[in-house]
Amino acid sequence: MSAVVDIAELSKSFGGLQVTRSVNLRVEQGERHLLIGPNGAGKTTLFNLIAGDLPASSGSIHLLGREVTRMPTAARAQLGLARTYQIVTLFGRDTLLHNVKLGLLARSNQRWRQWGSFDADQDLSARALKALDSVGLGDKAQWPVERTSYGEKRRLEIAMALAQDPKVLLLDEPLAGLSAEERETVTQLLRKIDRSITILMIEHDMEVALAFADRITLLHYGQVILGGTRQEVVADPRTREIYLGH
Amino acid sequence: MKRALLAVFIAVLLMLPLATGGVYYTNLASQILIAALFSLSLNLMVGFAGLTSLGHAGYLGLSAYASAWLMTNLGWGHLESAAAALGITAVAAGLFGLIALRAASISFLMITLALGQILWGLAYRWTGVTGGDNGISSLTRPHPFGIDLGNPVNFYYFALVVFLAVWGSIAMWVRSPFGASIRGTRDQPRRMAALGFDVWVIRWITFVVSGVLGGVGGLMYVYYHQFISPHSLSLANSAEMLLMVIAGGAGTLSGPVVGAALVLLLKNVASAYVDRWVMLLGAVFILIVMFLPGGIVAGVARLGGMRRKASVPVPAAAPVNKTDLRPEVAKEAS
Amino acid sequence: MNFWLIQSMNSLAMGGVLFMLAAGFSLIFGLMRVANLSHGAYFMLGAYIGLHMLDLGFGFATAAIAATLGVGLLGGIVERLILRRLGNNTLSQVLATLGIAFVIADGSLWIWGGDPRPVSGPAFLSGGMQLFGLTFPKYRVAVVVFSIAVGLGLWLLLDKTRLGMMIRASVDDRQMAQAVGVPASRLFTVVFCLGTALAGLGGVIAAPILSVYPGLDADMLPLALVVVILGGLGSLAGAFVGSFVIGFIYSFGQVLLPDLAYMILFLPMVIILAARPRGLFGRITA
Repeated sequence: MSAVVDIAELSKSFGGLQVTRSVNLRVEQGERHLLIGPNGAGKTTLFNLIAGDLPASSGSIHLLGREVTRMPTAARAQLGLARTYQIVTLFGRDTLLHNVKLGLLARSNQRWRQWGSFDADQDLSARALKALDSVGLGDKAQWPVERTSYGEKRRLEIAMALAQDPKVLLLDEPLAGLSAEERETVTQLLRKIDRSITILMIEHDMEVALAFADRITLLHYGQVILGGTRQEVVADPRTREIYLGH
Repeated sequence: MKRALLAVFIAVLLMLPLATGGVYYTNLASQILIAALFSLSLNLMVGFAGLTSLGHAGYLGLSAYASAWLMTNLGWGHLESAAAALGITAVAAGLFGLIALRAASISFLMITLALGQILWGLAYRWTGVTGGDNGISSLTRPHPFGIDLGNPVNFYYFALVVFLAVWGSIAMWVRSPFGASIRGTRDQPRRMAALGFDVWVIRWITFVVSGVLGGVGGLMYVYYHQFISPHSLSLANSAEMLLMVIAGGAGTLSGPVVGAALVLLLKNVASAYVDRWVMLLGAVFILIVMFLPGGIVAGVARLGGMRRKASVPVPAAAPVNKTDLRPEVAKEAS
Repeated sequence: MNFWLIQSMNSLAMGGVLFMLAAGFSLIFGLMRVANLSHGAYFMLGAYIGLHMLDLGFGFATAAIAATLGVGLLGGIVERLILRRLGNNTLSQVLATLGIAFVIADGSLWIWGGDPRPVSGPAFLSGGMQLFGLTFPKYRVAVVVFSIAVGLGLWLLLDKTRLGMMIRASVDDRQMAQAVGVPASRLFTVVFCLGTALAGLGGVIAAPILSVYPGLDADMLPLALVVVILGGLGSLAGAFVGSFVIGFIYSFGQVLLPDLAYMILFLPMVIILAARPRGLFGRITA
């Protein structure tokens, strides 16, 4: 089976500073792949490269069998890539429902429609409400995002990402900053995601991430130090040396 | 509540010429409606797309001069020259958009200023075509269905029809799914791209529509004044349009109209009583920015306790669905 | 040959004037991210205050100092009372700074009337001087020298003093600077005063060349913007280079291609911005 995400010799430099060095990474269909590494290892940079927010300096990125190295972000999203962000980039002044509806709109031809009412679109609203229900935010659908808690915002992000009907999901520290209870809720959510969606995740919460991951890639100074199954990586002395026990 | 206000407002507009004393106020009302065309069209960029342009008067000039020139030099009728003028404006807006949209925020402001200044420079210096400082004069008003628009009341209703058509179109456009995507690019362009929206195309389309509607304003302007000169495209005029939008309330549907009324009333009415009305205008702007930061409309809405939905950049609290899930209510319930 | 040399001197003088105007704008934008659309008005006000002092019988140097200090003081008041409340909101800044420009411009019209007023420079700088076998107006040479001195002074301030270090740090990375204890609020006031004072100084120095008239502010603001965009926002070196480039284009343009003079200024700006949004030396992508 060809890989859903196939990164070959990917490098990125800013002037003299090389932040990503010859990264090779394959993620198979349905896999839960964890990206770990100390702070500053270049994990979010790698995400930005995969998503298209940053142009690669050299190397190639293939998504779902297609070469996307030069493709703009929006085009990659249309191919089936969705991501969440470390920093909150939600539409704060709009309702949760509106946020998810925008995510749904992006994948529909309706997004070019210049007439009719977006707010009154019952179909979109119903689907959005369903997405919110699936992350336990259905009862807050009418709340403006800026009035929700941080944990709720992170859940909203996951709802939006899932609403995009993605084939590949990039999760950037989905559990960061959450309380123990919220972490449990979100972890359950992630577990429920169907295997038709492939997940690449950055996470520092080792306990949860390790239980969740099929394969792990360890990144340090922008380079892949090692990659393998969960057991292989956990057992490897290099992992303990660089990272585990944090 | 909103619909009632709107109905009252339109009723007032319809009866205006009967209520006002003389020709002066009817003409002033026409001017306000025309100014509102500029501020409404500019608001599409400033308030809805989140890109502040300081060259909008360029579209006034482009369309006005094109129409004037075609009528004066080629003897075209009003309809044909209007259509051609709007076509030219659309092409220009398309080109300008290609250039201006490469930059963000402040640079966008400066590029649009530069483009506006280039048009102004052309109007001023290309005397063979534009008549230079003298402009083009002795223009005629159109006569749709044979109605004489030389009569101020007739012209007022003509302007009202155009104004309502443009205002209504804009209102419908921003409510549409595409309209929602425009606002999305204003608030979180990076997120919009990650969702799969083509942010550049959305902005470019908005830019062109904004320019063409500005061109509509230009046509109305030249029909009203029957004259066009470089002054109308000046930076001062572009700045004035921008001020109307911001003072009234960017991102709202009524703000630009309120702003247009404010500026024109100060200019025309206050100036009769107050010599230093420019200073007064400046002081009013400063006061608005300090005490009513979202503009007059947002400020008044806040004071009145009224909450408005997606058209206003304040937290949305009016529910879409039947169940009332306002946070205050939810909080009380829990 | 004579023509080229004389025009070059005019260009340099124009460049010097533009530098004082643009440096202030660039500093204010670089530090505070405020596009000070009233900057042209401060320039004009400086010219008017200088004129007023001269009318009262004071010497040119006194007039210049009074103008600089007066405008700087006004800038400080404006910053403290008005701009400080606006935060990062571009629209509010535009509304406020344009409103201030209206007030200053109309106030000036009120106080000094609508007639253009020519201004004489100091007596010891009147007449011509011999350079390279040609006669150049002494005043214009002096303006060039003075603007270079101001440039050097600013460079020393930014590079060698603690204040300058704080300014540079805040321009480069405002959050980091605040995190290490740079007092942002006081710094903003100081820089705004400095920026507006420079504009006022520029106005007074330029007065013998440009004279003073209502509308001077609207004429100068676009030039300041062109210079700053060309040179790059937040860069003093950029403002310096940009000023002289525009000075040359403007002066030669006026003489050689008067019909296209205005376009000549703005086309390069549009091209540069479209190709390189940071400008020639810019550190900030606006």
